[in-house]
Amino acid sequence: MHQVEIATTQETLLDSPEMVLNMGPQHPSTHGVLRVVLKLDGETVIDLDCDIGYLHRGMEKIAENRMYTMIAPYWDRLDYIAAVSNGLVWVETVEQMMGLSVPPRAHYLRTILTELNRIASHLLWLATHALDIGAVTVLLWALREREEILKIFERQFGARLTCHAWRVGGMTNDAYDDFDKDCRQFTKNFPNRLDEYETVLSENRIWLSRTVGIGVISGPEAIAIGLSGPALRGSGVAWDIRKSRPYAAYADIDFDVPLGENGDTYDRYLVRIAEMRQSQRIIDQALDKLPDGPVVAKLPKIVKPPVGDYYHSIEGPKGEIGCYLVSDGSAQPYRVRVRPPSFVNLQALKQMCIGHLVADVVAIIGTLDIVLGEIDR
Amino acid sequence: MLALAPINVLDELLLKFFSQDTINYVIWPLVQIGIVVSLVAFWVAYATYLERKISAFMQARLGPMRVGPWGLLQPIADGLKLLVKEDFIPEKADRWIFFFAPYIAVASAFIVFSVVPFGPDWAVIADVNIGLLLVLAVSSVGVLALILAGWSSNSKYALLGGLRSSAQMVSYEVAMGLSLIGGLMFARTLSLSGIVIAQASDSIWFIVYQPVGFFLFLISGIAENNRAPFDLPEAESELVAGFHTEYSGMRWSLFFMAEYAAMVVVSAVAATLYLGGWYFPFVHRLEEAGYHDLYVIVSLLVFLIKASAILYFYFWLRWTLPRFRYDQLMDIGWKWLIPSALINIALTAIAIFAVQALNGWRGIVTLQAMDRGLNLSATGKIIMFAFGLIGLVITGLLLSRINWRSRDFNLKTQRRNIRLVNLPKGKPAVPAS
Repeated sequence: MHQVEIATTQETLLDSPEMVLNMGPQHPSTHGVLRVVLKLDGETVIDLDCDIGYLHRGMEKIAENRMYTMIAPYWDRLDYIAAVSNGLVWVETVEQMMGLSVPPRAHYLRTILTELNRIASHLLWLATHALDIGAVTVLLWALREREEILKIFERQFGARLTCHAWRVGGMTNDAYDDFDKDCRQFTKNFPNRLDEYETVLSENRIWLSRTVGIGVISGPEAIAIGLSGPALRGSGVAWDIRKSRPYAAYADIDFDVPLGENGDTYDRYLVRIAEMRQSQRIIDQALDKLPDGPVVAKLPKIVKPPVGDYYHSIEGPKGEIGCYLVSDGSAQPYRVRVRPPSFVNLQALKQMCIGHLVADVVAIIGTLDIVLGEIDR
Repeated sequence: MLALAPINVLDELLLKFFSQDTINYVIWPLVQIGIVVSLVAFWVAYATYLERKISAFMQARLGPMRVGPWGLLQPIADGLKLLVKEDFIPEKADRWIFFFAPYIAVASAFIVFSVVPFGPDWAVIADVNIGLLLVLAVSSVGVLALILAGWSSNSKYALLGGLRSSAQMVSYEVAMGLSLIGGLMFARTLSLSGIVIAQASDSIWFIVYQPVGFFLFLISGIAENNRAPFDLPEAESELVAGFHTEYSGMRWSLFFMAEYAAMVVVSAVAATLYLGGWYFPFVHRLEEAGYHDLYVIVSLLVFLIKASAILYFYFWLRWTLPRFRYDQLMDIGWKWLIPSALINIALTAIAIFAVQALNGWRGIVTLQAMDRGLNLSATGKIIMFAFGLIGLVITGLLLSRINWRSRDFNLKTQRRNIRLVNLPKGKPAVPAS
């Protein structure tokens, strides 16, 4: 654990008006085990430092001692809220190193399931973000919708949270019998439910006063920090990997990318809500176009990518999930490096928080949508 | 005294051991206090149950269902659990202050019930002529408990919670006190029973004359009780649990009880002052028909229903609205509530003056009597009601003028919508076959 810089300043409570407040790792709204050390003047944040690593599991090192196909389940535990997207980035990286061509049905199923996962992840974000700002009812409403998605996942993957879905070269199983019916049922109800949440929040005066102008970050600043996902698009930067480097079946699907303007918490909220509507649109299109055929390509007995390195990234719910892979030609990777979106997005916390109040720190942590499993790896 | 037959028998029995004075001034008050305290404790316990049920229905859940039918015994189970839990005092806490703070909170919340008129005649413990002042004075002692608890815990979260609560309660105390003055101008007494009688004798609820005052009192009452959306001192997402972060077991539940009891107090005072207290049209016919005790009991039920309706309003708000930020809370207190309370006082005074001046002008009769409050004739009531509505408009206009430049005022025009862009597609990384 590194020594947090702020805490070492030699000031007593009486000498200065400043107070050092230790927020976390056990705190209701640091979304896991994030420790934020705040330096406060009254309730205004004048300095801040993040301390991470309480959930470090050495994922990247573990991956060096496993076969390529054995690593995939570990990847689901990176961002446990979006296990499906995380698993996808691993298998796609390996597939591309090996030059495998995946059957189209698998591509479409991947698209549908990752978009369902995006909605689930955004719903959990909405639930916790609203809870942090004090709207408790939205939490339970959003979790009710997420439950519908988790039911589909449970039937498809056999697990609800860390669902292991993919194989290198395709999918474990084909879609279950009622998959199409369940998904359509969900996408039919979902827009109305989203409208319901918006009636509670979007035009709510208290919600507006808590989010408009809070945690502002401009487009160039966001790019400089390396933000990605809704946090970047909230600042008005048009960047979506599903569009710029389409993977899975996104090249065949028509959808819009929502962009914010001011880069504040409210814009990021609107962007995520709009993204959920777009995801629902993507799922509907993919279900319509879902081709028949096998779901897994023919694979060699042992997956051995050729010597070389490769970087592949996908648009996860929280931003760009990247995977950098170095192969020495053996059955185990030489080096693996993950680019977790939460880790990079967390860098913006200090810049966003300084000058705001303690209550805003909570709102800003919520709007960054971090998951500590991914940050600490 | 009580006219019920078994109680008369009891009275005669007691006379064998005590003098009549002892019975009148010691025994019966003690019995009344016992009844009221147990009634209030029951009410507070089931307020928690109702809150859980109501929040559950709002959130598409069932709420407590396991203990007893529909979970009706849940408050009792909770109380037992909290009683037997470890009562932990942190090592570096200021032991004695930490020990006593919850008692101050509970005592200040429960003492107020001594002057609340639950009904006419025997359903009120003490009818003191400074009733409303006593309510304000005693309930503001409650803030001391929060400050002491926050300070003595020796925890930064508790300290911040204590600081917030002291600033909040002191600011909203002002608005609360000022909002009551409008109603008092009609009642012309501070005695809570007197206020109810003033409304009963005039056959009107003061909410008709004082819509602004009623809303101001409700809002500042919510803030005074640290309830959502003003629950900053215990904002669980920021300050963990605020001033009671370090408390556990029975001592924690005392704070909890104090919060709910204070809520019941504000509901009761609001019902008394603005919704006519135990007065309800046509109920007094029971009295005229000779059923005195039935009349008292029905009036008591009327009062409980009115206060519970306001309590439900509290629950409703809590589970609907997000939480304010600290500076916004202060803004609302000082820039909205206190100015509007002052405007309300001025407008009410003008309205009363105008109605009195109109009396007798061109044969209009507005005033009937001045013995119990301000007794207006039907014409006077209509004029006063019109003044109340005009007051709403004028208050709104003046407030928006005062806060014209505040950042939070025009949030809807400040924000802009997001735009949906159909980005051009890049080269596919995976050739989608």
